Amino acid sequence: MTKVTVTVNGQRRREDVEPRQLLVYFLRERLELKGTNVGCDTSSCGACTVLLDGESVKSCTVLAVQADGGEVTTIEGLAQGEELHPVQQAFHEQHALQCGYCTPGFVLATVSLLQENPSPSEQEIRHALEGNLCRCTGYHNIVRAVEAAARAGA
Amino acid sequence: MSILGNRVLRVEDPRFLRGEGRYLEGMPLEGALSVTFVRSPVGHARVTSVDTSAAAALPNVQVFTGADVDAPPFGPPPYWNIDPKMVRPLVATDVVRFAGEIVAVVVSEDRVTGADAAELVMVDYDPLPVVLTVEDAATDEVLLFPDAGTNVAARGGAEELDENLFDGCEVVVSDTVWSTRVAACPLEPRSAAAVIGDDGRLTYWGTSQTPHTDKMIVAGMLGFDPGQVRVVSQDVGGGFGAKMLEVEGVLVAWLARKLGRPVRWTESRSENMLALLQGRAQRLEFTLGGNRDGQVLAYRLEILADAGAYPILGAFLPVLTGLMACGVYAIPKAEAQSSSVVTNTTATTSMRGAGRPEAAQAIERAMDLFAAEIGMDPAEVRRKNFIAKGSFPHTTPTGATYDSGDHEGALDLLLRSAGYDELREEQRRRRAEGGPIELGIGLSSYVEISNPVGETEFGEIEITEDGGAILRTGSFSHGQGHETTFAMIAAERLGLPVERVTVIKGDTDAIPKGAGTFGSKSTQIGGVAGRLAAEAVAEQARSLAGDYLEASVTDVVLDPALGRFHVVGAPDPSLSWADLASRAAADGRLGELTIAQEFQAPPTFPFGAHLAVVEVDTETGKVELRRHVAVDDAGTLINPLVADGQVHGGVAFGVGQALFEEVVYGEDGYPLTGTFAGYAFPSAAELPSYERVEMVTPTPANELGVKGIGESGTVGATPAVHNAVLDALAPHGVRHVELPCNGENVWKALREAKA
Repeated sequence: MTKVTVTVNGQRRREDVEPRQLLVYFLRERLELKGTNVGCDTSSCGACTVLLDGESVKSCTVLAVQADGGEVTTIEGLAQGEELHPVQQAFHEQHALQCGYCTPGFVLATVSLLQENPSPSEQEIRHALEGNLCRCTGYHNIVRAVEAAARAGA
Repeated sequence: MSILGNRVLRVEDPRFLRGEGRYLEGMPLEGALSVTFVRSPVGHARVTSVDTSAAAALPNVQVFTGADVDAPPFGPPPYWNIDPKMVRPLVATDVVRFAGEIVAVVVSEDRVTGADAAELVMVDYDPLPVVLTVEDAATDEVLLFPDAGTNVAARGGAEELDENLFDGCEVVVSDTVWSTRVAACPLEPRSAAAVIGDDGRLTYWGTSQTPHTDKMIVAGMLGFDPGQVRVVSQDVGGGFGAKMLEVEGVLVAWLARKLGRPVRWTESRSENMLALLQGRAQRLEFTLGGNRDGQVLAYRLEILADAGAYPILGAFLPVLTGLMACGVYAIPKAEAQSSSVVTNTTATTSMRGAGRPEAAQAIERAMDLFAAEIGMDPAEVRRKNFIAKGSFPHTTPTGATYDSGDHEGALDLLLRSAGYDELREEQRRRRAEGGPIELGIGLSSYVEISNPVGETEFGEIEITEDGGAILRTGSFSHGQGHETTFAMIAAERLGLPVERVTVIKGDTDAIPKGAGTFGSKSTQIGGVAGRLAAEAVAEQARSLAGDYLEASVTDVVLDPALGRFHVVGAPDPSLSWADLASRAAADGRLGELTIAQEFQAPPTFPFGAHLAVVEVDTETGKVELRRHVAVDDAGTLINPLVADGQVHGGVAFGVGQALFEEVVYGEDGYPLTGTFAGYAFPSAAELPSYERVEMVTPTPANELGVKGIGESGTVGATPAVHNAVLDALAPHGVRHVELPCNGENVWKALREAKA
């Protein structure tokens, strides 16, 4: 066991972890943050995307010990109380989610994308989100949501 | 103004957006043991020994083999007419018939230990010849079930083919296309959990589209009285037809009873790609005859379907394909014949479209080949053969009776919206200029069948003491948005705001009956059942309001805009739902305002037309989808926002099959596409935005005028894209490309055409 200190959604957490434990299981099982989903075992689907020090990472490809000293934002940490984050709001308004399983990953990947590129073109959005898979929406409305969030200055 | 037809944002969204989706894997279950399945790594073998001793020696680990499981095998319902000898034991005993079949079950305190223990279960396999193709299976040289004496699991359609079918046709074209085996790939892998309560009742949680059906199967297989079983589906992360109760779920329930402890299982993605039932996998041999003026006279479709190792719904679906063989055309003579054979692969089942994409793929390729043969534009050939708008209901020679349609209208709208003439002009120009990138334009006109077996659905409205309503539906939503759409349907009739109607689904204790969600039937039977219940409650409430307003019931009206009851012509005094409910509660009469209804209806036939524009690099074979224009008519739309989403997702599924997706097995029967890294379903980068064009032709089949829309996009998209690729390659003499039209298959087709 190794001690790690990670600030998750603004809260400082000090926990014992096995060195081989993945960040996603640290979040889901140790911290009971079940909003970060696991959709594959090959780092292909992006359902487990979180922000680590402000940048999107697939939390299935990061060890919990690698997050030591870092700041993690999961989907649970995005809204301000009742008020959804502008990216969440845009996904809602553009009907960019159906079953919802990939949604936390897409939302956080979008937050990260818009920080890097506040007004991406459609092609830039499609390429930036290539690492996140959705089987329900056909991506059409996800792209519209990212455009809307960009317009809203998210 | 009615709320129906408005783009209402989904009420279920916030919990998903906040990461509060109630997926089963995240459900707390105190003291639950973890289940791990040991699965066969080979496609076909005799199991000579299963040594569990090393695994069972680990602390707190138990291992069960086929010999331990005292439950009957898992098989299809008798009305599918599938050979009853081809059933699946819950755990294999003497033979494994596909890679992924369960040979032992490990129960442990946690998942990590379970994985370690599963590695220690030693199974000896004595290889048997592996049958991977339908053609090999059909020879019956290697039998998967020797007792059955054949690999044919089911037959359907015409008993005898008419050898004179094409007499008198000036032109006859034919080809054989393979509807690729595809994987559903719901983003949420499957989970199951079960517990026996202190009262002896079984509670089973599954990631299933059909909790009520699952309840009857679990009860039947494990010998429970159905009243002793509760089945719950919470939020389910996509299903696409593949998420139903399977052997894993039955074993989880069996273990809960056997061990007297809660148990749970969640599969990994690799396990899901091995064991979740798959779709399509039909060999479609078609022949079409007609005259040089473009008139189609006769059509034949012969289907050889891959049922996989243990035939279930996929063995039955060719019957639907045959039923829908004629598509949107009035063909004087047509016949379809099918057989489904078993192979050493994962079994097949319904998957977005389920039998109808295959029918559309065959007839739409046939129409394009016919058009090319007689030198006519594909749009023109279609127009000459459509079922006339005024001739519905229309019965096809293969036995489908279409309720309504305007197939020519759909194509005309599509061609106008897409700018067909301009596209053809651009194609002519580019062909004249030459160059390695060819432009292809593909059409498909389609019809599909929703609520295909004419099922019944349950809906109940309960007015609560605060004047809100609960709608209990036997339908289920795993992404389709019932919590919004169904609420709209009831709210509109009751005169309540949508947010005052709470939709409850997916729990067999809360809802007495249900058909669940399959075959695009939710709104047309479940929505209508909810509507009828709302209607009955509104009527009952009028009578109650009459008592309170001291008026005759015939004089009381419900103002649908305000949700208030008053005497006709006198808006004051009036009673709101809250007034009525609280008074009724005080009088012990609130129960009068809970009414259940069931609604049964025949199938309906959504239709439409799709146009795809592709660019094909003739040097590399790479295909790029540039545009996809879709006209999908599913009758009246309750919530166009949700309907758009259904079409988008359907189109992506259909494009995926046309260009990218195929489950591929290695020689030993182990899949080469067993992960998301190996199975290529498209990301946002491979797809364009779609151009959806709305068209609404209400059906007379139900009072809402609605048909199903969950699958139509898929049915229309695959043939449009396939035809577009072939249109692009026409100048190179290519008339056949295997699906998926990926670089490899296109390049091969180009090379063969050159040779």
